[in-house]
Amino acid sequence: MNILEIIHLRKEYKNIVAVVDVSFSVTAGSCYGLLGPNGAGKTTTMEVIEGIQEATSGTILYQGKSRTPSFQQEIGIQFQHTSLLNFLSVEETLRTYQKLYHNESKIDWLIERCDLQPILGRRNNKLSGGQQQRLMLALALLNNPQLVFLDEPSTGLDPQSRRYLWEIIEDIKRDGKTVVMTTHSMEEAEHLCDRIAIMDKGEIIAEGSPVALIQSHCHENTITLPVKRIGNKLEGLELAITVNSDSATIKTSDVHETLELLIKEGIELHEMVVHSPNLEDVFLKLTGRKLRE
Amino acid sequence: MERISYRRIWTMFRARNCEFFRDTAAFGWNFAFPFLIIIGFGIIFSGENYQRFKVGVYPAEAQVFAFEGSGIPDTFFNSDAIRTVPVTDLETGKEKLRLHKLDLLIWLEKDQHTYWKNQQSQNSYLAEQVLKGSLTPEGVLRESHMISGAQVRYIDWFFPGLMAMNMMFSALWGVGYIIVRYRKNGALKRLKATPLTAFEFLFAQTLSRIFLLMFTFVIVWIGSDLIFNFQMEGSHLLFFFTFLLGGLSLCSIGLVLAARGISEEFASGALNFISWPMMFLSEVWFSLEGAPEWVQNLSWAFPLTHMLKAARKIMNEGVGLEGIAVEWGLMICSTVIFLTLAAYFFSWSE
Repeated sequence: MNILEIIHLRKEYKNIVAVVDVSFSVTAGSCYGLLGPNGAGKTTTMEVIEGIQEATSGTILYQGKSRTPSFQQEIGIQFQHTSLLNFLSVEETLRTYQKLYHNESKIDWLIERCDLQPILGRRNNKLSGGQQQRLMLALALLNNPQLVFLDEPSTGLDPQSRRYLWEIIEDIKRDGKTVVMTTHSMEEAEHLCDRIAIMDKGEIIAEGSPVALIQSHCHENTITLPVKRIGNKLEGLELAITVNSDSATIKTSDVHETLELLIKEGIELHEMVVHSPNLEDVFLKLTGRKLRE
Repeated sequence: MERISYRRIWTMFRARNCEFFRDTAAFGWNFAFPFLIIIGFGIIFSGENYQRFKVGVYPAEAQVFAFEGSGIPDTFFNSDAIRTVPVTDLETGKEKLRLHKLDLLIWLEKDQHTYWKNQQSQNSYLAEQVLKGSLTPEGVLRESHMISGAQVRYIDWFFPGLMAMNMMFSALWGVGYIIVRYRKNGALKRLKATPLTAFEFLFAQTLSRIFLLMFTFVIVWIGSDLIFNFQMEGSHLLFFFTFLLGGLSLCSIGLVLAARGISEEFASGALNFISWPMMFLSEVWFSLEGAPEWVQNLSWAFPLTHMLKAARKIMNEGVGLEGIAVEWGLMICSTVIFLTLAAYFFSWSE
């Protein structure tokens, strides 16, 4: 069952079309990711769905119906750039925001889940990036929402904090909640999302599960070997080989068969690197650019 | 449409108050500023009367000079309108007169009186009239009538102005500037993601600021009264409610300014653009009596003018509610107009 349906969504500013014509649907209980470079229109798309911005045109259905004013009571939002009230502690912030909802869930489990216990008495402006993100995530979950929007949840975090945040998001998924998130990290998208829409210049250019997207757009794996291991043994083989000054790259759709061939030719496979295609490669193939360009 | 939730209003009211009371610098300054100004002005204006004409007297040895036998009656030198200044060197005295540091210069000689005045100085002309008047023989004017009236001390006249000015800055900046800052740093956006409505948010902000304004007002009022023993001719309660209405009106102007802006620099400029003319044209520091008619008409556009008129009528003249009904009515009207405009134009984000 679809909890969210977006049909021909368009968002224009004065001189800019930020979202051209976006349509997708999100299954209840899944994690849906909007993946794309900065400026692709991910955040705008999400903010229009959340009701933070008005759509220029298009339809947004929540549980099969148009959104009502009670929509804000039923969703949780974590913004990419936001700020909290100054001079309040973490606990006061949680309790203040909690009282803005009808559905006042207990905050003890949130404090535990988001690991906020050690910083409960600390003021908002004294938090590190990771602590602040965990607090923002806790605020998004305060009303026990069935639909959670996360905008670039791990941007700016160190690898350890990012891993910790991912664990929390996986917990949210295990609770059966629906997550819609934006990211420009293909690693994050692959790790957390069940379905992904790749966006570029305000449009969705590909959509599907991470595995399906990779399989449908990038068939080839890359095997890299040092030149010193190869010599001229590859000459005459029917392989797509690119040789640089110190390494040779072989593109192949069947890694097993290629490796067997290399072994048969007496090539040592020490220092060999096999690179499977990922979403970055999909984006590169679709747009000719890298995600972070 | 989401129903108005008093719990959400109360929550935001409390949160904003927490911010204010914990910001020790802003909190302290809100009390310290009016106290310091009142004490400063109290000291400056409670002693010597600076309105008197300064008459230089030559010759004088140090601070001593003899009036007797000068031909100028004692009534001139003892007049409340005159303050004598000893002049040891005639040329120095003339230079001071030229520079308007003296209003009149008299050369005391036996049975003669020579004096100099500055033709470009109105004070010089008036001091000369006082001198000539003292030389008028008794009986020329048939009779004089006396009217008695307790003097309104400058500090009693100035106090409502100072409190109103403090309230104006606190209301405009405390509401206008803070909301623009909230919008710029994304705090408003985060609040929009909750069920909090624009009306609830604006109402809570106004309520909180009014609470803080009146809290500050009462503390400063009591503290200053203990020092200066203000002469309150009218009702303390009316005085309090006049400032409450004025504060509401000023907060609503702050809300209009904060309805859309995202630049703190622009907000600051706009707030200055409104507050400075309001401060000078609302009789905070001086009366506009005798000012051009258009200036007096312009001053009517400012809620501060009506707040001050009402407050001074109560404090200095002992006027009751019927005497300030017009001012109260204008303040209520301006509050309603500005609040409506603010609610109409308010935007959570850029």
